[in-house]
Amino acid sequence: MAKINLLSGKLLEITLSRLSQQLIENHDHFLETVLIGLQPRGIFLAERIKQILSTTLLKEIPLGYLDTTFYRDDFRRRADKKPLEASQTKIPFLIENKRVVLIDDVLYTGRTVRAAMSALMEYGRPATVELLVLIDRLYSRHLPIQANYIGKSVNTIQSQKVIVEWKEQGFEDDNIWLINRNEI
Amino acid sequence: MPLSTKHLLGIKEISEQDIWQILETAVRFKEVINRPIKKVPSLRDITIANVFFENSTRTRISFELAERRLSADVVNFTASSSSVAKGETLLDTINNILAMKVDMIVMRHPSPGAPHFLAKYVNASIINAGDGTHEHPTQALLDVYSIQEYFGRIQGIKVVIVGDIMHSRVALSNIFALKKLGAEVAVCGPLSLIPRYISTLGVHVFEHVQQALLWCDVANVLRIQLERQKVKAFPSLREYALYYGINKELLSSLNKRILILHPGPINRGIELTSDVADSEHSIILQQVENGVAIRMAVLYLLAENIQIGNFQ
Repeated sequence: MAKINLLSGKLLEITLSRLSQQLIENHDHFLETVLIGLQPRGIFLAERIKQILSTTLLKEIPLGYLDTTFYRDDFRRRADKKPLEASQTKIPFLIENKRVVLIDDVLYTGRTVRAAMSALMEYGRPATVELLVLIDRLYSRHLPIQANYIGKSVNTIQSQKVIVEWKEQGFEDDNIWLINRNEI
Repeated sequence: MPLSTKHLLGIKEISEQDIWQILETAVRFKEVINRPIKKVPSLRDITIANVFFENSTRTRISFELAERRLSADVVNFTASSSSVAKGETLLDTINNILAMKVDMIVMRHPSPGAPHFLAKYVNASIINAGDGTHEHPTQALLDVYSIQEYFGRIQGIKVVIVGDIMHSRVALSNIFALKKLGAEVAVCGPLSLIPRYISTLGVHVFEHVQQALLWCDVANVLRIQLERQKVKAFPSLREYALYYGINKELLSSLNKRILILHPGPINRGIELTSDVADSEHSIILQQVENGVAIRMAVLYLLAENIQIGNFQ
């Protein structure tokens, strides 16, 4: 099976702008709302969303980065023996009583989001926590976790993998691909 | 990459790549220990014994904080209040501790090579927290971390280690670590306190402290270890302070800024005067802070290599 393109170009642009509009619908003027991108790949999506929100609302929206490595439940338990490398956590604001929107590129088993919620609580008690993802892989959750804002839902099988490429990472264009794991 | 080793016995045995891996991970943990809640759950299923056969304040507290901030279970053991006083051997003591399902041992021991011996005979991760006059790897790691943090690099930085080189495990571990990462290293002190073959490690020897300080970017100043000196190596501490002590006057005569490191404990007025120890040149307390981050990184990365027990 060749790579299947899930989102790119104009369609991706429309999706990002729709997600931003949905956020605005629920969060009004973003007085008490903060965005948190999940490291390592959710931060690119978070930066895009922040940019769209800032231009639409004509104000700076607070954005932080959260690394979940030390909160993961597969430390010492990974089948591929690939070690977990930590990235930077940078939350330059208080989250106490804030409405937090967690942002990640792909929602798959839900374990990263579970780790992110544990990590997040160490910084204070947010009023609410929501989840925004670009790609939701259906029927593959290990935990009872669902996203509030979804770019695109995709029906996938375990042997497939979603690859997200952003210009910010050095790719020529933004592309979201679905590929077979053994073809990587 | 995971660390290529199960133990941290000395800097001599670990690769340059492992050192960088530890330094990079420590950056993340330094951020963790500056959070409002300075704790992560990574090592919650690991038990660590701190076994200290020699006195220590900084290292023991630093290791214990590092362990607790990784959520490990911690037991402490000091030789003076234990069965060692009743004649138990080292191996028996450790095997008894391990029989209580301990995964890692952090050990300080007065005999050089004691942790290497243990690593050979017991089935647990061993971390050397200082073995006699041999090595003190985590101290060297936190020293290179502090230098890297200050200068943004280690390659080409000139570091002089001043003082009792002969009896210092900090000196030896520092030389190995700095050389592996590409720094230039020199030592300075009374020749009676400098090992004869030190130049085979590729370090310069300075006899005069002023020359050494003029040459270096960083001075790592050590304590005179009177408790380890079996023969008198110099006439008096007063004379040592006069010839090798670093004071404000000496520093200002250099017309350049150098960084002062000290592994502690300081003997104020001997190797460093108070106005130097407390000056903006000195990063002694930052070293202590970095020590916790480095030890968290070492424990975290070594824990990754521990097999998960059977749950049947």
